[in-house]
Amino acid sequence: MFLLRSALLLLAVLLAPISAVHADEAATRAAVAKFGRAMSFSDVEKVVKEVAATGDPAAVRALAALADGNLYARQPDGAVFVVKEKSDGFDLFDPLTGKAEGSAGKDAMVKVKVKNSLRRLIGDAVGNLTLAARDPAVRLAAATTMLNSPDASTIEALDAAIAKETDAAVRRRMEAARASAVLVSDRSEAEKEAAIDLLGARGDRDTLSLLLSYEATAKGPLKDRAASAVSDMRDVLAWWGVAQNAWYGISLGSVLLLAAIGLAITFGVMGVINMAHGEMVMLGAYTTFVVQEIIRASFPGLFDWSLAIAVPLAFLVAGAVGLVIERGIIRFLYGRPLETLLATWGVSLILQQAVRTIFGPNNRDVGNPSWMSGEFDIGQLAITWNRLWIVLFALAVFTVLLYVFNRTSWGLHMRAVTQNRRMASSMGIRTPWVDALTFALGSGIAGIAGVALSQIDNVSPNLGQSYIVDSFMVVVFGGVGNLWGTLVGAFSLGILNKFLEPYAGAVLGKILILVLIILFIQKRPRGLFAQKGRAVEA
Amino acid sequence: MMIVRALADGFTWRVAAAVLVLVAAAIVVPVLNLSVPAGSALHVPTYAVTLFGKYLTYALLALALDLVWGYCGILSLGHGAFFALGGYAMGMYLMRQIGSRGVYGNPILPDFMVFLNWKQLPWFWYGFDHFWVAAIMVLAVPGLLAFVFGWFAFRSRVTGVYLSIITQAMTYALLLAFFRNDMGFGGNNGLTDFKDIIGFDIQSDETRAALFAASALTLALGVVLVAFFVKSKYGKLMIAVRDAESRTRFLGWRPENVKLFAFTASAVMAGIAGALYVPQVGIINPSEFAPANSIEVVIWTAVGGRATVVGPIIGALVVNWGKSWFTGAFPEFWLFALGGLFILVTLFLPKGIVGTLVEGWTARRARRASATAEKDVEPESFGKDEELRAEAAE
Repeated sequence: MFLLRSALLLLAVLLAPISAVHADEAATRAAVAKFGRAMSFSDVEKVVKEVAATGDPAAVRALAALADGNLYARQPDGAVFVVKEKSDGFDLFDPLTGKAEGSAGKDAMVKVKVKNSLRRLIGDAVGNLTLAARDPAVRLAAATTMLNSPDASTIEALDAAIAKETDAAVRRRMEAARASAVLVSDRSEAEKEAAIDLLGARGDRDTLSLLLSYEATAKGPLKDRAASAVSDMRDVLAWWGVAQNAWYGISLGSVLLLAAIGLAITFGVMGVINMAHGEMVMLGAYTTFVVQEIIRASFPGLFDWSLAIAVPLAFLVAGAVGLVIERGIIRFLYGRPLETLLATWGVSLILQQAVRTIFGPNNRDVGNPSWMSGEFDIGQLAITWNRLWIVLFALAVFTVLLYVFNRTSWGLHMRAVTQNRRMASSMGIRTPWVDALTFALGSGIAGIAGVALSQIDNVSPNLGQSYIVDSFMVVVFGGVGNLWGTLVGAFSLGILNKFLEPYAGAVLGKILILVLIILFIQKRPRGLFAQKGRAVEA
Repeated sequence: MMIVRALADGFTWRVAAAVLVLVAAAIVVPVLNLSVPAGSALHVPTYAVTLFGKYLTYALLALALDLVWGYCGILSLGHGAFFALGGYAMGMYLMRQIGSRGVYGNPILPDFMVFLNWKQLPWFWYGFDHFWVAAIMVLAVPGLLAFVFGWFAFRSRVTGVYLSIITQAMTYALLLAFFRNDMGFGGNNGLTDFKDIIGFDIQSDETRAALFAASALTLALGVVLVAFFVKSKYGKLMIAVRDAESRTRFLGWRPENVKLFAFTASAVMAGIAGALYVPQVGIINPSEFAPANSIEVVIWTAVGGRATVVGPIIGALVVNWGKSWFTGAFPEFWLFALGGLFILVTLFLPKGIVGTLVEGWTARRARRASATAEKDVEPESFGKDEELRAEAAE
């Protein structure tokens, strides 16, 4: 009870400024002014009731101050102030608006008397007044506080508030608060049963713990009813848990998709495993960092646009590095995939060390623009904006690539080279150019992935290393030469991973995935969406 | 008689020289370390003995990789896993030898188990207080893993980069697994604080010299076996699988069996290398499973020259010596150097140091031969034939 009262008081004090404007301010002011003449406890009690009867949330400040013993009357005029003590007297504040009203000496002020039984009364009054606040957010917060610490004495106030409430969400919360209060009151069994049903239908975690604690103390049929409500609720929550896991899985899958899709392109078209692919991702992330640094230093207003600026730049940076690698190293190694793997590993070591030398070995700070921070709820699902944007972004990148692959002549050339290099070459496609541009494209996509990953992961020289094995798994699992394979591979691995995690733990889950993939490769050595053909390897 | 002939065939002068050098080192280095007084110019300090002992185990690992990659065409990016497993088997034996001298003084349980509040020894630690059990495990665990892994992979014809990637996944999975405390292998910290090995103090100069000698002799034995093996009929089959797997299959052989044998034998060799490595460095921890380590082994082999017996040994020694020197002199630049090495070797030195030297030497001999041949009007194909034979001879 005490906790509830203190919580409401605190809430009232915090939220009072929001609800300070009210039409009947004069009436409230007149009521509050009567504290100045209230000499005995019974007088104070009368005035408190009178103030509560105004129903004006603006009075909350005065009442809260009274409960804290900070409401004083000035002598000789009897004007009432909220005070803040200082060494030689008091600072005075208006009891309704909280505006500073100068200061006064200690002798000039008389405290309005208060005792614990009065504080109870005040607490109820404050609760009722906040329930009547104009701002729905304040009312919702008040109802939530009452829901989480039920108190039988609040039922009437809640009834009154529910009757007046216009906002559906707030009313539902108030009804739940009333139900929780009914459970701890001495009302009839029928009412309590209705309350249990009402709470059971809500199905969120807070209500579950409320019902659980009620179940522990209840007796007879009520206990059974509570138990069945709890078990129903658990079922519902379990489904929400599944949905939450699926969401985490989709989120991880989108990250894997971004990291792997560039790899899938280069591997599909050129049969080249690019071990430096992770470092392209890292370059993209560092590009974001540099863009943000410049924006912070020179154009602070553009910060929300930093990612939009970084995406094309990261594509260009990583793509250009990719082009240099292809022209400088890889084209000399065609037909020797294992050597390419080694050479690109060397490139990855050099890039890592170069970034470490330039930017230092520590994590660099990349900020979230405002539209990417925060989260929202759908039912019992908590969804963070940055994850949602990354999922959308990954799908957008995928769609664009799909278009490029299937609807442009360059895409046609890439597919032709993937399927039969010699035939494509005979038909006049300049395969070396296709190779170079494909490699640049794959690297550029990795750079874009780096922009996205910089929002959810540490930007350090080792960033790429942590994704490279996973990306390989996606490509190997999905099969090459088909973007859909990568999509399906990324999302199924992401979701599978997140569903294994609660049972096996994060590390064991990952090991299980690796083992599953190794076994899967036995069954389908060319991945899920293998390319059909009759070529035999040497 | 056949064995003698095969041995004689396998023994090119390079292999013979390598074996001689290794055997000589196994005798001379300990003598110079133990008998020559510390002030003398000929004295070999103990740290150098241990350091080069470590390099020799790396060389054995590189030789093991060469067997599968150089001769059988299987690029394993997970050989570090077999090395580490052999090392863990040896480490478990060394842990049990600590007995009640650990920090917690528990005669049965190693310190980390007492620390984790375990009450009894997990079943897979039974028997590791006997050296012979540990020795069998050093061979059996990597061998078994390689056999099972290879049996699945080769039977379903997983080849090329796909195989490389899943071997990498294998060592990565083991890395994650060994990081877990409840695996029972010391988690993050691994196994360390060893006291003695088969009754000898592991820190003493004599033991260290003996471990060096053991490493050198094991490596010499490895060289002899590999040289003999690749010269045998089965070794030729292995090379055939490397160069034309489908053709070999169409000719009626079973490439998967050949590969499985090579892969398993190589894993056992890697395990032995790991077992020799651990007592010399005094610690084994999960970072040995890191995929980067396994790829580094590949570059040792590539630098020295794959598909040669001596190459991987020279590669491992040169690269690791360079690493020690570089990380001392310019720690910032080691990764640049290593990365550059990967690129330059694949681009300009695809046959490695030994391979390139052999090639140059063979070419010169072929030129000289054709010069003589012109005088004697021999068939034109002689030089080419000779070159082919020389290529097959190493």
